Amino acid sequence: MKYINEFRDGKTARHIAAAIARETRADRRYHIMEFCGGHTHAISRYGLSDLLPENIRLIHGPGCPVCVLPIGRIDNAIDLALNRGVILATYGDCLRVPASHGLSLLKAKARGADVRMVYSSADALKLAQDHPEREVVFFAIGFETTTPPTAVALRQAEKMGLKNFTVFCNHVLTPAAIANILESPEVRLHGTVPLDAFIGPAHVSTVIGSQPYEHFAEEYEKPVVIAGFEPLDVMQAILMLVRQLNEGRAEVENEFSRAVTREGNVKAQQLVAEVFELRKSFEWRGLNEVPYSALRIKAKYSAYDAERRFGIEYRSVADNKACECGAILRGLKRPQDCKLFGTVCTPENPMGSCMVSSEGACAAHYTYGRYRDAVA
Amino acid sequence: MSDVRKGYIRPVDFKHGRVDMTHGSGGRAMAQLIEELFLAAFDNDWLRAANDQACFAVQSGRMVMATDSHVVSPLFFPGGDIGCLSVHGTVNDVAMSGAKPLYLSASFILEEGFPLADLKRIVESMAHAAREAGVPIVTGDTKVVEQGKGDGVFITTTGVGVVPAGVNISGDRARPGDAILVSGTLGDHGVAIMAQRESLGFETTIQSDTAALHELVARMVEAVPDIHALRDPTRGGLATTLNEIARQSGVGMMLREEALPVRQEVEAACEFLGLDPLYVANEGKLICICAPEHAEALLEVMRTHPLGREAALIGSVHADPHHFVQMETGFGGKRIVDWLTGEQLPRIC
Repeated sequence: MKYINEFRDGKTARHIAAAIARETRADRRYHIMEFCGGHTHAISRYGLSDLLPENIRLIHGPGCPVCVLPIGRIDNAIDLALNRGVILATYGDCLRVPASHGLSLLKAKARGADVRMVYSSADALKLAQDHPEREVVFFAIGFETTTPPTAVALRQAEKMGLKNFTVFCNHVLTPAAIANILESPEVRLHGTVPLDAFIGPAHVSTVIGSQPYEHFAEEYEKPVVIAGFEPLDVMQAILMLVRQLNEGRAEVENEFSRAVTREGNVKAQQLVAEVFELRKSFEWRGLNEVPYSALRIKAKYSAYDAERRFGIEYRSVADNKACECGAILRGLKRPQDCKLFGTVCTPENPMGSCMVSSEGACAAHYTYGRYRDAVA
Repeated sequence: MSDVRKGYIRPVDFKHGRVDMTHGSGGRAMAQLIEELFLAAFDNDWLRAANDQACFAVQSGRMVMATDSHVVSPLFFPGGDIGCLSVHGTVNDVAMSGAKPLYLSASFILEEGFPLADLKRIVESMAHAAREAGVPIVTGDTKVVEQGKGDGVFITTTGVGVVPAGVNISGDRARPGDAILVSGTLGDHGVAIMAQRESLGFETTIQSDTAALHELVARMVEAVPDIHALRDPTRGGLATTLNEIARQSGVGMMLREEALPVRQEVEAACEFLGLDPLYVANEGKLICICAPEHAEALLEVMRTHPLGREAALIGSVHADPHHFVQMETGFGGKRIVDWLTGEQLPRIC
């Protein structure tokens, strides 16, 4: 397939792997966090860990939008769908996320809730047009990648004067989460989580650009390489990070230059700024409350804000005590370190959110990599 | 000449008519629908006998029986429709034992309000598929449910067949060292269906691969009677089917990603939708597991049949107490090819 297979070529991968093996120093370890779930997925799906030397450890970061969505917000969505008679439109990933009382949106659907899977915010808007007699709520989640399309839907709803369309906004911000990890006591004080470098987001960076990461390189002296989601992108980024670490550099480098500029997509940024504003604080699953890490709908578009229209009240819900999703999302633990992993928590019966989306660290390891644990 | 005047019966309106509750009530309307539609299309001696059952002589040997319900949406898709699919699906299930399929039954659950024109199209497509396969539909049933209680039409077909002597094909016979073959490209049916679903709104030229595989199987069995396992990777795709066989046989498997035949358009569509072609349904493909020394001969036979032209050796069986199906990626890494979890859902990122 043109423009795809070029980035999945095994021969090139082995060349890069050889270069990585050659250039890694035997006297040190390399702890590299890939922030994005897209990278986690590529690493697991293509078995990239098999191509890396033993002293490179990849830490799966919190960049899976479904995984960081707190239970309380899903409870809110389920309540809307089950008790408020709305059509709840959402992305497929969200359907299986476990919420309170053993429910998920999929289970709520089986109990009569009208939950529809959509591929885009435009589909949700179309649902509202097609069902003028029903309230349609778009359960909007995701990082900076999915935010501009939600902004477009809100603007179009206003332009069309739609009365039955609202957005339950749960959009979150990547840089705030990275800062939170770098500021966490485990990383900063105790040094229990050695974290040497970041593989920076692919699609998110097409929107926000590479500039926001410069702060991390300068302030925290952590090298960042922005990489695409194809396996060769990830391999190349690892090589670039190994070089930076060997040379004692901490810079933002852009491996994904075919899609990412320093400024990003300015038009999309303006659109987002017109429709959304920062929340003072937002709960992330695994990271707890993170200041200025999420967006809400501006007063100007309040007519389309589901939180206002339905008076949604947020209640924080604690994770299952034995669930290690929080520690895994912060890079403190690996999926196989969790007692629940592969026993009571499986993709069929996820206890924690990391087991739900194929981008989640646990699901990716369970689905693609658990033969390694079996051998060990 | 008889002086009994034949009462005039207005023919069923297949142009504008719709299924109503009387079509399932056992009365005249039902009898008329059966006569003018099902009997006319499937036409054979068993149906003409107008009994509640079909009576046929039984050959000696081992018989096989399989049943399959079809609830596909949309009902019509590029390359086929629910009608021919319901014939191919059951013929294939019978054939995957190495058997020659002999007879089919067909049971319809119709939703009140369903256009008779669509029903006629579906039934004629079934009739065509059955005739092409040489497997008559010898008995059937029709029920009608109220509007809102069905999805247009559901079709259940059951088939019987006879296994040639000396053939023993079963999902529990995969042995370490065996070769894994596939008869052609993966994921065509599932992607053709998905592209048709209205909410997606993208156009492709991909056609469903729906087809009856029993002739291909007959040739394979003739060339190598000792085939270990055969299965058609329908729902859940190649990945799910291989996991089933690995569990049944208590073995592990290793696939080679580079050897998997996937059409470029299917790969592109899957990429676009966030799906994995290994988990997408097929309706005209089979997986064959055989002793390694038989692999070449089988591939050769398969490639001479139109439905096996793109047959390929995709991997091998080995001993593994965990029964993992694994894959060497095009990248040189390894990964598990796991059971499908729930429905395959697209990723957002």
